[in-house]
Amino acid sequence: MSGSVDLDAVTKRYGSETVVAGVSLVIPEGEFFTLLGPSGSGKTTTLSMLAGFVVPDEGRVLLGGQDMTRVPPRGRGLGMVFQNYAIFPHLNVAENVAFPLTVKGASKAEIKARVAEALAMVKLTGFETRYARQLSGGQQQRVALARAIVGHPKVVLMDEPLGALDKNLRYHMQVEIKEIQQRLGMTVIYVTHDQEEALTMSDRIAIMNHGRIAQMGPPREVYENPESSFVASFLGEANLVKVRRDGETVRGPGGAPLVAARGALSANEGLVFVRPEKVKVAAGTAELRPNHLPGQVLHASFLGNIMRYAVSAADGATFFCDVANGAGTEIHRAGDAVTLSWRAEDSRLLGS
Amino acid sequence: MPLGRLAGWLMLAPALALLFGVFLLPIGWFLAGSLTDFASFAEFWEEAQDVLFSGTILRVLLNTNGIGAAVTLLVLVIGYPVSYALSRAKGLVFTAILLCIVLPYFTSTIVRTYAWMVLLGRTGLINQILLGLGLIDAPLELMYNRTGVIIGMTYVLLPYMVLTLFAAMKAVDPRLLQAAEGMGASPATVFFRVFMPLTLHGVIAGVLITFILAIGFFVTPALMGGPDDIMIAMLIEREVELTQNWPAAAMMTIVLLVVTLLLYAVYSRFADREAPR
Amino acid sequence: MMGPVLRATLLKALVVLLCFGLVAPIVVVTIASFSGDGYLKFPPEAFSLRWYERFLGDHRWRSAIMNSLFIGLLTSIFSTVIGFLAAYALMRGQFRFKAVIASLLLMPVIVPHIITAVAVYFLSARMGLVGVRPWISVAHTVVALPIVLVILQSALRTVDPALERAAMVFGCSRFGVFRRVVLPLALPGIVSAALFSFLTSFDELVISLFLAGIRSETLPVRIWNSLLLEVEPTIAAVSTLLIAVTALALAIDAVIRKLRGGTMAALR
Repeated sequence: MSGSVDLDAVTKRYGSETVVAGVSLVIPEGEFFTLLGPSGSGKTTTLSMLAGFVVPDEGRVLLGGQDMTRVPPRGRGLGMVFQNYAIFPHLNVAENVAFPLTVKGASKAEIKARVAEALAMVKLTGFETRYARQLSGGQQQRVALARAIVGHPKVVLMDEPLGALDKNLRYHMQVEIKEIQQRLGMTVIYVTHDQEEALTMSDRIAIMNHGRIAQMGPPREVYENPESSFVASFLGEANLVKVRRDGETVRGPGGAPLVAARGALSANEGLVFVRPEKVKVAAGTAELRPNHLPGQVLHASFLGNIMRYAVSAADGATFFCDVANGAGTEIHRAGDAVTLSWRAEDSRLLGS
Repeated sequence: MPLGRLAGWLMLAPALALLFGVFLLPIGWFLAGSLTDFASFAEFWEEAQDVLFSGTILRVLLNTNGIGAAVTLLVLVIGYPVSYALSRAKGLVFTAILLCIVLPYFTSTIVRTYAWMVLLGRTGLINQILLGLGLIDAPLELMYNRTGVIIGMTYVLLPYMVLTLFAAMKAVDPRLLQAAEGMGASPATVFFRVFMPLTLHGVIAGVLITFILAIGFFVTPALMGGPDDIMIAMLIEREVELTQNWPAAAMMTIVLLVVTLLLYAVYSRFADREAPR
Repeated sequence: MMGPVLRATLLKALVVLLCFGLVAPIVVVTIASFSGDGYLKFPPEAFSLRWYERFLGDHRWRSAIMNSLFIGLLTSIFSTVIGFLAAYALMRGQFRFKAVIASLLLMPVIVPHIITAVAVYFLSARMGLVGVRPWISVAHTVVALPIVLVILQSALRTVDPALERAAMVFGCSRFGVFRRVVLPLALPGIVSAALFSFLTSFDELVISLFLAGIRSETLPVRIWNSLLLEVEPTIAAVSTLLIAVTALALAIDAVIRKLRGGTMAALR
């Protein structure tokens, strides 16, 4: 059995509410795949259908090419890390990690060797006889991880595994999880609502909204080339400014002509998308050229490594611009007249 | 992982079978079987009038309500300070008070009744003490009369009241009382204007549950009462054991059952309020 | 107006007095049971074990002990098993009428025992079940079940459903989840439930009174039958045994509760 995961148009309804609506995924073996979305977007239900806790009303779930739609969780051979770790409080660390092997009836020698290996991998050697209540959040997280990989599963599901950790620890664990995943070559399906986490760790991300996949692709692609305003604003900061069509030309605030490398307007009105860090801020008013807008600085916020400007343009539009606080960078103050500009390659037109 | 519908019903099945087979069905069968055992409606009506409107049953109902009310009042008066102390106590004192309530609570009713029979008899401890102190010249008749019944039942039912009141009092946020004091209220005002209203639903629940249990009581009045202290449960037992008059027993059962269920419906409304914290 | 100190002292004195009044009868009976006197007198003038000798020397009392133990143990098993299944279903099940079923299952503690007793007797008499000990256990199970349900539901509330899901992912069948996760975690509650259902049956009088017949008299029934005749000291010895069993059950439960406290801390 390989570690590929397929969802074939799965749908799940609770009463009259459709929680997951015809979601299809094809995930090759060894991929780190993230389901990202706000709460209630259907990502957890999708994961539950993969795990077997929830049986879809329509569609199929395939693991390693085999139809597992109606197979109970124990028949799926998955590893899983749960949101609050779900460490068995009546078992110690070694017994927790050994659990999947014990249930299978593995030999004592094998269990011992595998548990030692898994604990070494998560750097918890020496903690074998502790109980969950004697461990810190980060250590509990490691136990949960060790338990998920101890049986060498081809596919590991992770349900917001780092949600309860503080920021520093989180970053640490992100790196470690990624490392382990690559070393073992396992497929990971990772659920989170944290976009930074998704961008750092994933090979591909599926952004979910209202039970559907809004967009799917490698982190850079979904970040830089969002296909909808939802994806654009859910993944980090985005400038989304109203534009309208004027013959062949697209015009932004104050009638400024805009050129975008991607996307098109489906109607006479739409939005232009550009990330704050892609917007250049220059002092003074420049001549009228495509993708150049006059404006006035509203706020200048110092964020350490970057300066964030809020700049008002014509027609009440406001742009956010992040400028790296590099050597000799010019600092603008509130009230300064500035010109905003960006490259056509860095912007995109959105239908709405 | 939620339980499947079928699995859920299967797991409930033994409990439901028991409830239906050994509780609802017998009660239904007993009532229906006893009341349809008449040749004609006229005969039934005659019997019903005999049972329900006779002087005996009226007296018994009066007894039942009178004893129930007296016991409930006593239990409330005694139980309130104990619950209050329990709700404010901590550590060892808490454990000690709780033990004083829980040990009798889980001791067999008949043992508790017997204990009072030992204390209240003509040569019992209480009469001995009173005689010894010279407060009385001849032993008081404390048993086989209403006094005995009320003392015995009060003792048996006290824990129910204390535990119900305790739940309500424990839920009162002490900061509310401190706030009231801080605003200059006297301790009496704090108690009557803040604490009492906040625990009133507990008092009502406690009163109802005590009264419900009191009117269905059998063991204590049967052992400690005299001929004038017959309560409805005893009358039901007599109709069954002595005269085998099932129709009469069934009619009285209906009276007791309906009153109990009505009071319980009221009780549920007040008891439910304790749930949200 | 009373000063706050005086008022607090008065309240304390009152509570001490009332608590004393609550335990005194039980203590008096226990002490009286060791009396060496020919009739019930308190305090006893001499101490002896004569009433215990008489109690344990009488084969009818001995068989009452056996009946009570047998019926109590069977009730405990019945109600704990049935109650556990029902509590779990009510906890995790998704079906209609859940609230109705839950409150229906609690009815037997509200309906006066005399009604349950007479009704079950009505049925038993027609089926020749009077005096059949397992049947008495079944009837006791009806009144013990509500207590068991309350205890077990609160015990199961501490079992995180995520733990059950984890067990399933890691290879457990539905039964395996029970054996490896739910039962170990709910064990303190299960022991509590078993103890209190045993006590309920061991102390129950009214239902036994109707169902015991002459063959299967339990201890409370024997006490009742003797008390109707006279208040004799043997009963003090019997009562002391019942009190001791209650105290023992409460003590075991307290120890278990301590252990459960440990488990609860672990779940946090």
